[in-house]
Amino acid sequence: MKSKEATKTTYRLPIGPIHPALKEPVMFEFEIDGERIVDADVYLGQVHRAIEWTGMRRNPIQILYLAERICGICSISHPIAFARAVENAMDIEVPARADYIRVIQGELERICSHVLWAGVAAHEIGFDSVLFLTWQMREKALDLTEYLTGNRITKAIITIGGVRRDVTKDQLPKIYETLNYFKDNFEKLRHMFLDDKTFKMRSQGVGVLTKKDALELCAVGPTTRASGVKKDVRVDQAYCAYGDLDFDYITPDVLTGEVNGDVYDRIIVRLLEVKQSIDLIEQCIDKMPSGELVSEPKIPKLLATIKKTKGEGFGRYEAPRGECVHYVKFTGESDHPYTWKVRASTYNNILPWIPMLKGEQIADIPLVAASTDPCMSCTNRVAIVDSGKRYEMNKEELHRLSVEKTRRLMA
Amino acid sequence: MAKGLPKSFKKSLWAYHINSGSCNGCDIEIIAALCPRYDVERFGIKLVGSPRHADVLLITGPVTRQMVDKVKRVYEQIPDPKAVICVGNCGNTGDVFYESYNLVGPIDNIIPVDVYVIGCPPRPEAIINAVAKAWVKLETLEAK
Ligand code: SF4
Repeated sequence: MKSKEATKTTYRLPIGPIHPALKEPVMFEFEIDGERIVDADVYLGQVHRAIEWTGMRRNPIQILYLAERICGICSISHPIAFARAVENAMDIEVPARADYIRVIQGELERICSHVLWAGVAAHEIGFDSVLFLTWQMREKALDLTEYLTGNRITKAIITIGGVRRDVTKDQLPKIYETLNYFKDNFEKLRHMFLDDKTFKMRSQGVGVLTKKDALELCAVGPTTRASGVKKDVRVDQAYCAYGDLDFDYITPDVLTGEVNGDVYDRIIVRLLEVKQSIDLIEQCIDKMPSGELVSEPKIPKLLATIKKTKGEGFGRYEAPRGECVHYVKFTGESDHPYTWKVRASTYNNILPWIPMLKGEQIADIPLVAASTDPCMSCTNRVAIVDSGKRYEMNKEELHRLSVEKTRRLMA
Repeated sequence: MAKGLPKSFKKSLWAYHINSGSCNGCDIEIIAALCPRYDVERFGIKLVGSPRHADVLLITGPVTRQMVDKVKRVYEQIPDPKAVICVGNCGNTGDVFYESYNLVGPIDNIIPVDVYVIGCPPRPEAIINAVAKAWVKLETLEAK
């Protein structure tokens, strides 16, 4: 084996499904030739909790809490998308104030999520001080979330036909304080990520997703916008209060004048979106009308209406990672949905990994994978299978390789 | 502080975190506990990348069918004396997913659990408290 063909042998490199640094289990298999990745494949299903199946045995109010627990980071996105699907099926009109509050909460979640992601990306290239800095900033956003909703992670604030808690006048100073904190620190973040030599070397020209691939593989969210595709549900099909707000697609050319579709561009898009979210929240506070919070406050009455509803509904929402879609169908026989289908954003962003990773080095896997902000994890251990012999490589080693590459580039 | 916790510790506590199909809520709270606001690293508590280096297993999620053998294997790889902390309602009881067909959990059906942390997700303070409790167990085991 080691003799003649050895030069042509490619190794298969399974990664996962347990991994401490990222969050959810998933499994990959890479075909590598030396240090270069020739092919990549993804196996899903390790986090299958049968949520949709369970949902078909519960009523929509109960499902809201289930939807919230699809993902702890998008715990506003899924309930809003689900509530909008049900509202769509039942023709419920959401009060204007509730729509604005949904936007405020949603944008706050986006700030949390993007800042969290920035920390993870920094960790992947071995820049842990930046991880701690960004997570310290994130705590500020979490404080505000807790102040407004009562919880840090699962907010339980969305309900069918509105929201469950108001944003009152005396809460405004604290909101402004947090937003100003982020504005003051934004320049620091931008400088850290976009001007830093280490970041530039590790991210420019790495993990390129061309516009064509992004379109063909249906990438969504910042991943596709970084490749120059103008796709954002908030603009394309303005829902909630987004129609009244003034904002636009964010693509990397806004800042640099060109689109490369590499990891660097994805960093730019996410950072600019943090700024955009701050602006959107401010606009919301200025324009927010007074009025009701829910269209039907009596839940038994709402459930009785759902029981009689016949029809299907569709809810789209631009989650921090991209478009998230919920579909429900009621048959008018019970208040349980006949079908509930969820398509979360990461699902679309996984296939683009294959073109992104092809031709890159093993040391780039963590960063490139993290650059799409996957809502799932990848490795703990990597086993290199070489004609039956196994070399084990754990996440630490992979991380070490990544850090070493940073050092090499710096030298 | 947990009852019975000595004033000083013999060694730093290293934890290994495994996600058995959770929603990420608990996982980000665990990481938040490590970050500057809560900063457990000042006590020498640290997340490590391999179970073979760990004293404590932090486990989140309701254990899906695909993850059972992996959870068991990770548990077996941790050297004795070890403590297991189950973080979050869904590992403790199944939480909102309790009736799902793809769950094998709660976690104590699969591996013995020493400390249960409730909350969905629990606050970082609660996680730190749980680690301190696990510490007590490890110190008592060691004293024997
Ligand atoms: S306990 Fe709750 S927050 Fe934690 S992983 Fe389970 S569902 Fe998510």
